[in-house]
Amino acid sequence: MKSAILQHLRVIRFTFQRLLHTPGASLLNLIVIGIALSLPVGGYVMLKNIQGISEQMAGTPQISVFLALDTSQDEISRFRKQLKEHAAIDHIEFAPRDLALKQLQLSTGLADVIGGLTQNPLPDAFIIYPVAMDVQKLELLRDDLKSWPKFEHVQLDSSWAYKLEALLKFARLAVLILAAMLSFALIAITFNTIRLQILTQREEIEVSKLIGATNGFIRRPFLYFGLAQGLLGGAAAWLIIAISLQLLNYSLANLTHLYATSFTLSHLSLSDSISLLGFSAYLGWLGAWLSVSQHLWQIEPR
Amino acid sequence: MIKFNQVYKRYPGGHEALKNLSFEIAEGEMVYLTGHSGAGKSTLLKLIAAIERPTSGSAIVKGQNIKSLKGSALPYLRRNLGLIFQDHKLLFDRSAFENVMLPLQICGFDHRESAKRVRAALDKVGLLKREKSNPIALSGGEQQRLCIARAIVNRPSVLLADEPTGNLDTEYSGEIMNIFKSFHQVGVTLLISTHDESILRQFPARALALKAGELVI
Repeated sequence: MKSAILQHLRVIRFTFQRLLHTPGASLLNLIVIGIALSLPVGGYVMLKNIQGISEQMAGTPQISVFLALDTSQDEISRFRKQLKEHAAIDHIEFAPRDLALKQLQLSTGLADVIGGLTQNPLPDAFIIYPVAMDVQKLELLRDDLKSWPKFEHVQLDSSWAYKLEALLKFARLAVLILAAMLSFALIAITFNTIRLQILTQREEIEVSKLIGATNGFIRRPFLYFGLAQGLLGGAAAWLIIAISLQLLNYSLANLTHLYATSFTLSHLSLSDSISLLGFSAYLGWLGAWLSVSQHLWQIEPR
Repeated sequence: MIKFNQVYKRYPGGHEALKNLSFEIAEGEMVYLTGHSGAGKSTLLKLIAAIERPTSGSAIVKGQNIKSLKGSALPYLRRNLGLIFQDHKLLFDRSAFENVMLPLQICGFDHRESAKRVRAALDKVGLLKREKSNPIALSGGEQQRLCIARAIVNRPSVLLADEPTGNLDTEYSGEIMNIFKSFHQVGVTLLISTHDESILRQFPARALALKAGELVI
């Protein structure tokens, strides 16, 4: 058991020696893998950030209904009852036109102007809090309310945030497709690196087989190499994104300053970072495994 | 130890390298394999090391039938055999010491124990002082001895040597044969292929003579 662990440790040390043996080629490989991974992961980071803003701004959805000016009190109380009984509505608030006018007078300092009006120009209004949160059901409810008599204007607040959400869903799919394609690229890069290594170590593999090396023994250093290359490539992607975010945040600070808000783009969370490294290491291992199973059996001593 | 019964080996393309071969080598025996080049000496050694498989007949090595040996069992058979090649098959990207270390690494030996064994093997073939040299810096005779050190470091019970003195002058050949003789004395089974008549006279032992793939004695 102990000797097995020592053997693995020796292979790991040997793997890093091999990476350092050709520093130029290794670095180039890591940069290529890093860039390939940073594209989808960077996209994911951007989406996460945008999603954060939209959630912050959307809050709970509301539908405002403005009634026609000639609506009678009887009709209003009937609507109120009907709305309360509506299955898609959680609860409602009623904003009477007189109250709205008073609030306007108090809050905006337009008392003089409003005092000069001969009649109240504001309509009565319902503020409706729906049960459902998703865009489709909200829009369905809005269209339903629009068809009611005397409901002159129906407005779905924060509908833009929901449209954004739909757009994000689309973008997320695009990022996913990109990630899938570039994962294949990573596998291909590792596959080829390992293939070249196997070819240059043909003699060593042949001799090892002759003196009793198992396939597992011969395979192991290549698998570790693929794993290490994937892992370090993932780390390179993480760094590329970190540097890009620093640059973006720097110029973003100037922009948000103008709007008197502060907003910064944040990097991957700890668990997402670990997932990135784990996934890239796995892809590297997979590429190496495919390459080894493809090429190793061709080398048999003669 | 090694038992062949009506073994045939036909290569793809129809060339019949070995025909109807039957012989037995007992444990601890030293046997020569003689014949001209092309007589099938190398093929016979390759069959014993399971580098090639017989076309028909049974070839039993240390109780294992080579013909039906599973790929996964093959490395463990070879660990019991010490192979010595005419072209040495040394690795030139590492020192003499590391070349001899390789079989022990493959078997997963403890590093300190291995180092002791490697030095003992190098000492046995008289190369202890050259342990740090790259094999490319060694002479032909020294390379052959390094190959022997690598074959014996794992303490195999059988040594197979393919023309070990093939490219060497008489003095070096004598040295190498003396090394083999000392292994024979401690009970190692030896099969040495050679076309050098003087060796047979100097170090007499049973000989299997091959001619065009057939045993002639």
